[in-house]
Amino acid sequence: MKEAPLLSPSPERAENSGLSLSHMSFLGNGPYSVNVKPGECIGLTGTSGIGKTQLLRAIADVIVHGGNCSLDGEPCSSFSPPVWRKMVAMIPAESFWWHDTVGAHFEDTSQRPEFLNLIEKLGFSSDIVGWQISRLSTGERQRLSLIRTLIQRPRVLLLDEPTSALDIKMVMIVEEILAAICDSLQISCLWVSHDIEQLFRVAGKVYRVEKTGFTEESDA
Amino acid sequence: MNVISLSSFDLSLAAFLLLLLAATSLRIGLGLEKRIIISGIRMTVQLLLIGMVLKVLFTSENFFLVGFMSLCMLLVAGYEVRARQKRKLRGSTGYLISTGSMLVSSFTVTFLALTVMVGVDPWYTPQYAIPMLGMLLGNTMNGVSLASDRLTTEMYNQRGMVEQRLLLGQSWQEASGEIRRDCMRTGMIPIINSMAAAGVVSLPGMMTGQILGGSSPLDAVKYQILIMFLIAAGTGFGVMTAIWLISRRLFDERQRLVLDCLTNIK
Repeated sequence: MKEAPLLSPSPERAENSGLSLSHMSFLGNGPYSVNVKPGECIGLTGTSGIGKTQLLRAIADVIVHGGNCSLDGEPCSSFSPPVWRKMVAMIPAESFWWHDTVGAHFEDTSQRPEFLNLIEKLGFSSDIVGWQISRLSTGERQRLSLIRTLIQRPRVLLLDEPTSALDIKMVMIVEEILAAICDSLQISCLWVSHDIEQLFRVAGKVYRVEKTGFTEESDA
Repeated sequence: MNVISLSSFDLSLAAFLLLLLAATSLRIGLGLEKRIIISGIRMTVQLLLIGMVLKVLFTSENFFLVGFMSLCMLLVAGYEVRARQKRKLRGSTGYLISTGSMLVSSFTVTFLALTVMVGVDPWYTPQYAIPMLGMLLGNTMNGVSLASDRLTTEMYNQRGMVEQRLLLGQSWQEASGEIRRDCMRTGMIPIINSMAAAGVVSLPGMMTGQILGGSSPLDAVKYQILIMFLIAAGTGFGVMTAIWLISRRLFDERQRLVLDCLTNIK
């Protein structure tokens, strides 16, 4: 991999940093072009079935797509798929779990200090690792799935309705935590939601996803 | 000792039992009578035909005839595997994969047995080659069809889970590891079970046949042991090959789960 210049980054470099989509298309939708700088959050909304989730899946490279998607100027195709998906991490609206206990999904990460930190901030106690997955509520799964991805230290977060199953108090907490983490770790974030007020709370810019591209929404 | 030859009358008496079963099925509304009779007729015709084919084959000892017969058996087995699957791979790929994995396992194992273990001369002597290949293909076919049916069904049903694991940065091998291992187990368990039960619960058909045909029980047992080993090895490697090839098809070069290569269930 190329190394970032240590002194005075060229203007081109600065323009390229973060996640850029150029003319992304999939399943007859698009082209979508946008640049999400490190630490920036962009909100995406749109009618149901327009393809917001599919757009995130295309960025995570789990569906076939056209156009270009790059991180700090390096195209998706130059990384092996697992490496790309760890850096550009999508958290789907419905999370899936394949082991019996919570702990088994965090085998190599549950000892890290940030795990305990996140667990506590998101309202769990440290005995969570012993819990049965089958007894978790939808909201608990949603919060744990957030932790599961954050602990892998992604560079980009693709959030698909990340607070849909949470009560209003928890929604606020999650918004705050995500904002703090994205800011301190300079994570680029795409946040999909139907709740336009939420998007204006968490994101600098909000786009409406249409079949043929993005249109910018203004704060009413 | 000579085998007591069965007359057509003996066979008709046995067939009468099947008719009785069909009549009972009709009487109690089981709805199986048609299938009982059709499969009974099919079995009789198929076996009589194969009996005549084998008679010709055994007298000729022609390498090409034996080869042609083996090829036919393989192609039918490949077709059967595909027919038994709920979700098949589209196009000819599925057929090629099942046929290929059976070819690799059954044919090599049979060839090894004929040349090295039995040491019959010439190695393709039809009295040995055809029955052994038949037994190997039959069992491998069962294993491969059970395992590949389970693989495509599970991958479809658990696509959310597999994709979640891909999204977390797992490779396709990791993301599908449990499913693939489960399917391999499904394919191999029947033959492992029948090895464990052989002689205690069941007297294997081949051995019984040899004993009825006048061989000494110890010779029959030795052949049965050989065949069991061959079948277990052939089935095991056949199942592994099939699972590997099918899962390779279910992920593309960017390690995406692609399920549109599977047919839909109506």
